Amino acid sequence: MRRENLTLLSLLLPAGAFFGAFFLLPLARLFLVGASGEGGFAAYATIITDKNHFASLIATLALAAATTATTLIVSGLAGVFLQRNEFPGNAALVAMLTFPLAFPGVVIGFMVIILAGRQGLIGDISLALAGEKVVFAYSMAGLFMGYVYFSIPRTILTVMATAGKLDPRLEEAARTIGASPWRVMIDVIIPGLKPAFISAGAICFATAMGAFGTAFTLATRINVLPMVIYTEFTLQANIAVAAALSFVLGAVTWVVLVAARSAAGGTVAAAG
Amino acid sequence: MRRRGPIFLAQLVFTLFVCAFLVVPVILSMLAGLTVNYFVGIQSGLTLRWVGEVWSGYRDTIFLSIGIALACLACTLVLGVPTAYVLARRQNALARALEELLVMPVAVPGLATALALIVTYGAVGGFRTSWVFILVGHVLFTLPFMVRSVLAVLMAIDLKSLEEGAASLGASFRQRFFHIVLPNCRSGILAGALMVVTLSMGEFNMTWLLHTPFNKTLPVGLADAYASLRLEIASAYTLVFFLVIIPLLVALQVLSQPPRTKSRAKQE
Amino acid sequence: MTAISEGAKSISIALQRCAKTFKDGTRALEPLDLAIDAGETVVFLGPSGCGKTTTLRIIAGLEAPDTGGKVLFDGADVTSLSIEKRNVGMVFQSYALFPNMGVTGNIGYGLKVRRRPRAEIAARVSEMLAMMRIEPLADRSIDQLSGGQRQRVALARALAVQPSALLMDEPLTALDAKLRDSLRLEIDQLLRRLGITTIYVTHDQAEAMALGDRIVVMEHGRVAQVGRPREIYQRPATRFVAEFIGNMNRLNGSVREGAFLTGAGCIPWPDAPADATEVFFRPEDVTLAETASHINGSIVGAFFLGDRTRLFVHVGEARPLVMETSTRRNFQRGEAVSLNIDPRGLMAL
Repeated sequence: MRRENLTLLSLLLPAGAFFGAFFLLPLARLFLVGASGEGGFAAYATIITDKNHFASLIATLALAAATTATTLIVSGLAGVFLQRNEFPGNAALVAMLTFPLAFPGVVIGFMVIILAGRQGLIGDISLALAGEKVVFAYSMAGLFMGYVYFSIPRTILTVMATAGKLDPRLEEAARTIGASPWRVMIDVIIPGLKPAFISAGAICFATAMGAFGTAFTLATRINVLPMVIYTEFTLQANIAVAAALSFVLGAVTWVVLVAARSAAGGTVAAAG
Repeated sequence: MRRRGPIFLAQLVFTLFVCAFLVVPVILSMLAGLTVNYFVGIQSGLTLRWVGEVWSGYRDTIFLSIGIALACLACTLVLGVPTAYVLARRQNALARALEELLVMPVAVPGLATALALIVTYGAVGGFRTSWVFILVGHVLFTLPFMVRSVLAVLMAIDLKSLEEGAASLGASFRQRFFHIVLPNCRSGILAGALMVVTLSMGEFNMTWLLHTPFNKTLPVGLADAYASLRLEIASAYTLVFFLVIIPLLVALQVLSQPPRTKSRAKQE
Repeated sequence: MTAISEGAKSISIALQRCAKTFKDGTRALEPLDLAIDAGETVVFLGPSGCGKTTTLRIIAGLEAPDTGGKVLFDGADVTSLSIEKRNVGMVFQSYALFPNMGVTGNIGYGLKVRRRPRAEIAARVSEMLAMMRIEPLADRSIDQLSGGQRQRVALARALAVQPSALLMDEPLTALDAKLRDSLRLEIDQLLRRLGITTIYVTHDQAEAMALGDRIVVMEHGRVAQVGRPREIYQRPATRFVAEFIGNMNRLNGSVREGAFLTGAGCIPWPDAPADATEVFFRPEDVTLAETASHINGSIVGAFFLGDRTRLFVHVGEARPLVMETSTRRNFQRGEAVSLNIDPRGLMAL
């Protein structure tokens, strides 16, 4: 009924107006500002043409990829294990693995310092064991550890949910044919978890690409794209460059998510 | 099958190690905030002095964070619940496209969103320097979570029949919305509310660019502290942050346990 | 306790050229004209997809008929009136009980919406609980109710507002057979007592025959026949109606001098149309004959049903004849029998 359509439309109006005014419009503006510098729209190509920018893009992509791979392996192993085995304390372990979900990057950066900084726990342990203090908080390795830290909670829930839906009969069938547990893992379980890996992996990748707080806390000289954008904006006042780079960053992450969604089918749950 | 063999053990040890990896730094950070002298370690004794300093120095920041989180909740309720209702009533391609659109601020890095807001509204002085500027960013980021939470609940009930039933009894649209629709998505609203408040309290990427020295949120304050202050105060500040956010996270966890299906008497 | 019928004025309902085409092009209803008297119970009967629910929803105001269609309540045009204003009571197939309100909340909702004073609502709710005999359920929540109990609450809720018409969309379909039988009787008694205009939609022909003053048999969006149950059963207008209602036997053959000649025998049929090549008759018009009679055949199935035996008799047609007999006798498969057909039950369609 037409009246109903009108009512529904008017209900959407507040959110629509808000979204249009504060997201769509600004993004459009950002795109234009990105082209307002000296090079015009060519500024968008600097991400490839400029050596530094390109290097930071590669570094960010590599970091995000490494984080995603590591996180998926860790979450896969731990998540499948927790989902399929009942033992006292299982729920507590799940809780421990998921509660860091909402920690901001800065806090995680701080914890990386606590673990791997100059007074860090890992340094103390390595000093006691090997006589040498291992300090890696302020390098890519520290950043990597921080990224894995905040990625595990986001991915493990998706993995566990899918693991819960796996059909045990497929594994039983494989085992009756004589497959070893290792082959069962490779040929049955991992393919079954593929949709979870794709969707969780996409979120993990996108989050790692855009993560800022952790890198900010650890050092202003780590060469990842978000940091580059930040320094261009605040220290160099290169608004156009910062705008162009951030627009590209945003586009890349959005494309990754959309591609993953169509590959996995169904909605990709954005974790907190 | 309960095979507690070596494979089980290996997986258990691995999982425990991962848990430790996640939990130990938190505990260490909290401890650091309570230690008299971090460099000496626990032997120097425990104290609340650092927490006290944080509280007196940064009380405003803490309250602003909480205030923004609550305002964010109010906004997402007003904007998000009607949106979820519309998406539940009309589940066509347009609705799905709208959902995708709503999720964009989550997919796009916070930096980009914040920059976009700044280049568009940075010149509007009063807006740029007020906490409302930060609020706008938070609402953009948390809105899809509220919408999705409420939408999930609304799709699980036969909304159309319930509304037709109410209409057949003479209820106007307003009456239907407040008597039937809202009460039946209560659990979705609650879960969404917790999510929104938690995310708002912890948001940094956007807030760092949107804030001013007079409008700082907890995470922003933390970044300042890490950069410039004694480790003990930074840790105490972190401890205060944990104290605020961990209860929220626990509540979220409790709520997301799959609800026990109520017993339905079907005998005659 | 007749307060519900006092002051409740039943209306007559008329549909004029009501058709319905949905947005995707499906033609759910061909132009339909129907007049329903005040206090009458009309049953829309047909298989799924025949348009019966669409018609009900047009009467309710949940769907609008295509342009040119009109819905009249007591002669007044209500086509553009939304359902909220039509004052009809509706019982849905899924009952549509509000989970956030208990039994009393649901029953009283219509009155709450009309802003009646609390005391009046409470009194009416007790009245409804008593009428539906569900007083013990007063404090229950909806998910604690069984299917039959929900049905009663749904009915109580619809009647509480003293609607001018009652619209019921397959209310018994979701229940098991025995419950359906007992509830059917209750609903029948209730409708007679209230005297309210009722539109009832079902695909169950036994329900239709039991409850309807008149039955509207529908097929593919069209009305196949409208009439009293007896008429529909004994004088079906089309083959579809004949085979949809009850069981129907069929024989091929030709008409010769006031009789119908088939491969299995000859049936006297004084009123036979000359060009008839098929004859139809109901199982109850078939009886066993002691000596050679109209039709001869052999038994291919005999089912002892307790109070009667159902026989399937092969007579050279694709489908065996169906008949029932109460003779206390064992029947053997392959046994030869002779059958009498009552000429009053013979139909040409």
